[in-house]
Amino acid sequence: MRLRVDGVCVRLGGTPILHEVSLAAESGQVVGLVGPNGSGKSTLLRTVYRSLRPESGDVRLDGHDVWAWPSRTAARRIAAVLQDDATPPTMTVAEVVELGRTPHHGLFDRNGPGDRAVVREAMKRAGVLALDGRRFGSLSGGERQRVQLARALAQEPRLLILDEPTNHLDIRARFELLDLVRDLGTTTLAVMHELDLAARVCDSLVVLHGGRVAAAGPVLDALTPKVLSRVFGVRARAARDPDGIIRITYAAGPLADGGPVAPRP
Amino acid sequence: MPRRLPLVPCLAVLAVALLLSMLVAVGVGSVDVPLGETWDIVTGHAADPVNTKIILDYRIPRVLLAALAGAGLSIAGAVLQALVANPLADPYVLGISSGASVGAVLVMTMGSAVAGGLGVSSAAFAGAMAAALIVFALGQRRGRLTPTRLVLSGVAVGYVLLAVTSYLQLKADADELRKVMFWMLGSVAGARWEQLPTVAVVVVACALGLMLYGRRLNALVTGEESATALGLDVRRARVGLLAVSSLLTGAVVAVAGGIGFVGLMVPHLVRLAFGADHRRLLPLVTLVGAIYMVLVDLLSRTVDRPAELPLGIFTAVFGAPFFAWLLRREEA
Repeated sequence: MRLRVDGVCVRLGGTPILHEVSLAAESGQVVGLVGPNGSGKSTLLRTVYRSLRPESGDVRLDGHDVWAWPSRTAARRIAAVLQDDATPPTMTVAEVVELGRTPHHGLFDRNGPGDRAVVREAMKRAGVLALDGRRFGSLSGGERQRVQLARALAQEPRLLILDEPTNHLDIRARFELLDLVRDLGTTTLAVMHELDLAARVCDSLVVLHGGRVAAAGPVLDALTPKVLSRVFGVRARAARDPDGIIRITYAAGPLADGGPVAPRP
Repeated sequence: MPRRLPLVPCLAVLAVALLLSMLVAVGVGSVDVPLGETWDIVTGHAADPVNTKIILDYRIPRVLLAALAGAGLSIAGAVLQALVANPLADPYVLGISSGASVGAVLVMTMGSAVAGGLGVSSAAFAGAMAAALIVFALGQRRGRLTPTRLVLSGVAVGYVLLAVTSYLQLKADADELRKVMFWMLGSVAGARWEQLPTVAVVVVACALGLMLYGRRLNALVTGEESATALGLDVRRARVGLLAVSSLLTGAVVAVAGGIGFVGLMVPHLVRLAFGADHRRLLPLVTLVGAIYMVLVDLLSRTVDRPAELPLGIFTAVFGAPFFAWLLRREEA
């Protein structure tokens, strides 16, 4: 499943947020969306999971305009794990995951054995089967994220949208979640806050800066020292270590670069 | 811990409990009719003519209205709590019942001529719908209906309408005032058969419609963005749910007056026992709300026999401590 975002412009209350943003995610790839706060990362995601219609430009999944689909059709193809989630703490894990079946049902449909099988499989893949009867509110941050991921998988999506999935998780939970996302094999567009993690798990990166694409491509092509300095304001370089892992090394001296980070749109 | 109680047996038990409580409520009052005779009368067998008249003409419509009012207000409360994402929401929060009060009190104190010849109930309904429209208009901005704006405009409209009602009360004479007080605190004492069809159709239709909507209500409470990603048209859902809960509240308040706390208490009570899944919640809330109101009405006419007390006094006496307890609980 191939995602193409083409020339997307978004304005919120008159302020331009995204300017001619284009990107692509090939089938099975994990594409990371990075950039400083306020660079338009979450807004771009919103245009993909159809919460915010772009002013111009389009978002296509295998050539289909996602905004031309009815909302339920779109939700059977695109699932999202978001930050603002307000899932009631009293819901059980199984109930939360079952929400993923929502777009597969009309008003008169009830859950069938097929749905239950999909829910179970989603829970298994996300590693939350053991949490089955627990209340959502009693889970740890990492467990909650995995339950949300299971909910998204229950939608049987072809494209997975993640908005800072590792936010507020401790280090082990972060790694577990990202390993899981890696292993799913589903085309994924993820906003990532931490460059080190993004560099490690993503097939390619899109760097947003002030609502524009500042760099894009395979990790090492996107995270050049110039981009790291100009966009993130840090003196650092990304390199592939002998073990094959891309790591970011920050220069000695004061942590922040002091150079120009910058343009808000 | 959260293995949920099984739904179908619970619904069956509650349905039987509702029928039983209605049967008892039909027999008890200023004149008591033994249970056996009540049963004979209800099933159309010959019995004492006076008792038959009391039961068929007064008690049955009254008990039915109590059940419908309890069910209607409870469902409206459950839906509004999901709609405005606030556990403390109930039909009163949105100013709808204040609108109904203005309509009803206007007719009671100034006569029906001022309301274009409408009776108390019709004027109350018109007032409720007018208030709902104003709240709706104020609550949206750039085509978006946001929970916070909705609550704030509901509270604001409610206060203005309360001021109007207070002014009308000052102008009323003692006799009118008593009627107004009774109406504002809610009562099903004046129930007549001819009032029932409208409220029954509204409550049953809205309840059934909303039960089909349970899954989407579940999606809605996960938040606007998540619900959108689950394929819900959030704006349309909010508009529809607001319209349905306004209609429900308006129809009930128009005939039963201002009965507070039911829409708050019943949904929370049911959630505690059965969880937050709206597909289970709504049918259970309907039955529990109906039972609760039938019993409250029964109390209202037996505590101070032969005098009757308004329902709102009891729902407040039971509801307020519950409310306080709810506030103290974690996770509420």
